[in-house]
Amino acid sequence: MLDFIARRLIAIVPVLGVVAVFVFLMLRLTPGDPAAVIAGDNATSDQIAMIREKLGLTLPIWQQFGIWMGDILQGNFGESYFFKKTVAELIAQRIEPTLALAVCTLVVALSAAIPLGVIAAYKQGSILDRFVMGLSVLGFSVPSFVIGYCLIYVFAIELGWLPVQGYIRIGVDFWGFLERMVLPSTTLGVIYIALVARITRASVLEVLNEDYIRTARAKGLSNRVVLMRHALRNAAVPILTVIGIGIALLMGGAVVTESVFGLPGLGRLTVEAVLSRDFPTIQTVILLFSVVYVVVNLLIDISYTLFDPRIRY
Amino acid sequence: MSVAVQPVLEVRNLSVALPKGADREHAVEKVSFTVNPGEIVCLVGESGSGKSVIAFTVMGLLAKALKPTSGEILLQGENILTAPESRLRELRCTRMSMIFQEPMTALNPVMTCGEQIDEVLSTHTKLDPAARKAKIIAILTRVKLPEPERIYASFPHQLSGGQRQRIMIAMALVLDPVLLIADEPTTALDVTTQAEILKLIAELQAGQGTGVLFITHDFGVVAEIAHRVAVLRWGELVEMGPMEQILSRPSQPYTKMLISSVPSIHPVHRGVRLDGATVLRTDKLGKTYSGKSFFQKARTVKAAADVDLDIRRGETLGIVGESGSGKSTVARCIARLIDPTEGRIYLGDTEIATMSARKLRPHRRRVQIVFQDPYRSMNPRITVGESIIEGPMNFGLSRDEALARARSLMETVRLDPNSLDRYPHQFSGGQRQRICIARALAMEPELLIADEAVSALDVSVQKQVLQLLDEIRVRLNLAVLFITHDLRVAAQICDYVAVMSKGRVVEYGSAEQVFGSPKDEYTKALFAAAPGRNWDFGKASAA
Amino acid sequence: MSAIVPDDIVDSASIAAASNKRRPLWQLAIRNTSVIFGGVILLVMLFIAIAAPVLGTVDPTRIDPASRNKKPGTEITYKLEDGTSAKRTVIMGTDSLGRDVYSRVLYGTRVSLMVGVSVAICAVGMGLVIGLISGYVRWADSIIMRIMDGLMAIPGILLAIALVSIWRAGLITVIFAIVIPDVPRVVRLVRSIVLTVREEPYVEGAISVGTPTWILLFRHILPNTIAPLIVQATFTAAAAILTEAILSFLGIGIPPETPSWGNIMAEGRTLFRVFPHNILYPGIFLAFTVLAINIMGDGLRDTLDPKMSKKV
Repeated sequence: MLDFIARRLIAIVPVLGVVAVFVFLMLRLTPGDPAAVIAGDNATSDQIAMIREKLGLTLPIWQQFGIWMGDILQGNFGESYFFKKTVAELIAQRIEPTLALAVCTLVVALSAAIPLGVIAAYKQGSILDRFVMGLSVLGFSVPSFVIGYCLIYVFAIELGWLPVQGYIRIGVDFWGFLERMVLPSTTLGVIYIALVARITRASVLEVLNEDYIRTARAKGLSNRVVLMRHALRNAAVPILTVIGIGIALLMGGAVVTESVFGLPGLGRLTVEAVLSRDFPTIQTVILLFSVVYVVVNLLIDISYTLFDPRIRY
Repeated sequence: MSVAVQPVLEVRNLSVALPKGADREHAVEKVSFTVNPGEIVCLVGESGSGKSVIAFTVMGLLAKALKPTSGEILLQGENILTAPESRLRELRCTRMSMIFQEPMTALNPVMTCGEQIDEVLSTHTKLDPAARKAKIIAILTRVKLPEPERIYASFPHQLSGGQRQRIMIAMALVLDPVLLIADEPTTALDVTTQAEILKLIAELQAGQGTGVLFITHDFGVVAEIAHRVAVLRWGELVEMGPMEQILSRPSQPYTKMLISSVPSIHPVHRGVRLDGATVLRTDKLGKTYSGKSFFQKARTVKAAADVDLDIRRGETLGIVGESGSGKSTVARCIARLIDPTEGRIYLGDTEIATMSARKLRPHRRRVQIVFQDPYRSMNPRITVGESIIEGPMNFGLSRDEALARARSLMETVRLDPNSLDRYPHQFSGGQRQRICIARALAMEPELLIADEAVSALDVSVQKQVLQLLDEIRVRLNLAVLFITHDLRVAAQICDYVAVMSKGRVVEYGSAEQVFGSPKDEYTKALFAAAPGRNWDFGKASAA
Repeated sequence: MSAIVPDDIVDSASIAAASNKRRPLWQLAIRNTSVIFGGVILLVMLFIAIAAPVLGTVDPTRIDPASRNKKPGTEITYKLEDGTSAKRTVIMGTDSLGRDVYSRVLYGTRVSLMVGVSVAICAVGMGLVIGLISGYVRWADSIIMRIMDGLMAIPGILLAIALVSIWRAGLITVIFAIVIPDVPRVVRLVRSIVLTVREEPYVEGAISVGTPTWILLFRHILPNTIAPLIVQATFTAAAAILTEAILSFLGIGIPPETPSWGNIMAEGRTLFRVFPHNILYPGIFLAFTVLAINIMGDGLRDTLDPKMSKKV
């Protein structure tokens, strides 16, 4: 077991390495002097010279990478000249709304998607199944900001049940926080529900064709027991895999959703950073999102062993 | 059987419809038979005979696309064809049980074996957990599983195929049903395991007086286990009777044909010249797989080791062995589809084991291979003609010359030369295998490898393909390397036999010698396990 | 000549049945209701894109301060180039610069279809080449797959955002930025097909009759990738159209004066409470187009690639 975890951990090193190289090269691929790009439009030539010195821009590129990587590993992500703060501070400030949004969305989405997928598989070919699958295709097709604005229009503007936009910290006013999370997490959840419901249905259907399901039925078990005890647990691994891959959708979606609902999170920060060409911030956010993605998927990989005793590598 | 006994199973006039668009209307048509207490009835038939459909209909586990249209199925007098699903669920595992062909996939991989048997008890009885556990341990002991406590807590993947089939049998018999349905329960198992499982089923049913409906395609198994036999063809019952009668004095031509197609396990005396030039010789041939990993020690598996073989022109050498014995590895090394890790392969005077892919290409022509699965060994997207001429054209023949050769080869394998422009899916399994032989022959090889080439075929088709192979060997004075797990087939076609076990050749000699007086312990055990070895099908049908 | 052997008789019926089943896949595909449904909507969209200038539109970039923020159905007066003025009804209203939303939405079809098609073609093309190399050249495989794993670890939209931020935004940049995150998925697909197919007995058969590697690839292996790639291409196109809209909506995609659905919605954000139509109309077009492609993709997958339909 430990061996398995250790090997998984080692396997993510090259993946993160590639991400780091890409993020590092981003700035070097930008037309123009990287120091000037980082410093922004209003920088003095002294500032630019100082940055150039710090990045070691006169050194060969692999040494520059070494310096940059060393800084990152020490938690020194550079300075945002646009926001006039260190990037680390900036991210610490902005992380809560994004984290809250992600957790709420996962809760909303999974508690809807898995039952929907199981029911659709169980009643394969029925009207209910077609309805769920139809909704799922729709969920893939309507962009989240359109869903977001529709929800705002109906529930916030027309009905006035919920606030239109904004964020309240969870520690300040819990109900206010929840109220402001309902629409964003539903918006962001739609595509995730579509994805997970679909894979749940597909995996359960596939498992239902397995020989051991026939054995279970030959034992005289009821359909419900066959489904809940035999099918669902065997379908867990592909469902978990897609939940993990779907985290990427969630992160991408957060950028949009935060913009629509005015949540001051990392997604919003990314857009602001791109618009103001604040490269240290863009680089760090991308690095951060990728690390989270990789780590979440690592945890999911490890969790497979809980569901399937065969996975012990 | 005395008349007064009520049969445990009585099938009357059963018809099951196939979905529209199938190749015939009924999967099963007007079939009637009975199974009495303590009796083993074998349903025998080739693929598509509807034998499994009958089994699933009895259990009520038929796929939704198949609909029973008429007849009755009486389980101890109760018609279960019309019974509601809830009643069927009550009956399953209590009065009728079923075991399946694939023990590797028939058990839920994420539940322990104990839990899976426990489910039967908790569903159908009111026993408390302790009593259930005791009952499970008892049945595990009865099916002769070692260390029942450990097996109870094991997951299926930790057990061998034979052990899993024992778990299935334990699960099926834990509540002493009156009827056991066994759907090809030993087909996926090796011959030695098969013998043990057959023995176990016979013992258990005799002890409890269980009626058994045993589905199989293998007349060896029939001879081993059946009391009565029902022969099926295209969903219809051809004939039924006591086992000895059906096997030795079949009344119907189809049954006669089937039984005479079963190869005899006694090798025929073959007049072979032993002066042919050596075509292929291997010297300490071996293939070791090694998996590297960071933390574990490098694991190495010797798939084959120290294999010395020798084949002359006009001669068939058979390699027999159970799964995992390394017989296919040897064949694939010789065809250089995989690279051997040790030893030498001499093709005539040329050493090809260590030759680079580029240098090897001209020699590829000399060794040709026919694979097991007729459905996957031809590219489905190109015509069979294109498949056949591909090789000769690679070696410089013009398209016309190659086509002419393909046409004459189609005649050699007794197929219509005008069907060269058809696609593989338009041919049956047996026909495809003939085409694969033609494709191999088109290269004018010196050595033809048949890797389980008849194993996927029905027995009647198998006989024809074997005859064809033998004819071709004689006519072209070919050397043939014949890989098979089927001792009967080996006995009929091989001049020499190499028996492999765990990657090594344990016995090697002329077919008569190896079959007649085996010396190695493993070989002896293997032959002793061959089902129906005491029944000489060839002779019986001649009588 | 064919000798009458039982083998032939037994199978004659099933042969007929089998040859019925094996009609060319594209024929099955174009009979599939999902494919027809999606295809018809897409043809309509294609027609709109091509015929946009003659469908009662005006210059979609023309700014008209006099008729800003008009609700749908309002009649406006506007000046023609020769100095006279004319009246017309703005079906979908105007935006805050007085541009005609109806015209912008219709012209926006061009951008979206363009993005969808070019991204699908580029991603599948690049993925196919890299995937074939990866599946067939052993030493290149581990290097390529590490890079692909790395690229896949960066959430797609963020990778696209990062790429857009490197170069100043433009249609080509946006297309390229959407293609890159999609390539690894195609590579993996192609590679897995190559690895499976090269184990098939018929490929081994071809090897043993001395078939050169490039014929092996093109004749025996490549055709197996076509159906899954067509399916993949449709889903890629659908996702690409959405991503372009998202980038433009966030203000980091195609330059704002270009009429694209994302840009129209970006422009409509600020006054959304009063004029929801600026988001509604392009949103409907966008959703319909993507929906049509997705439905068509589902239909294609069911017919062309039944094995895949078991996965997502």
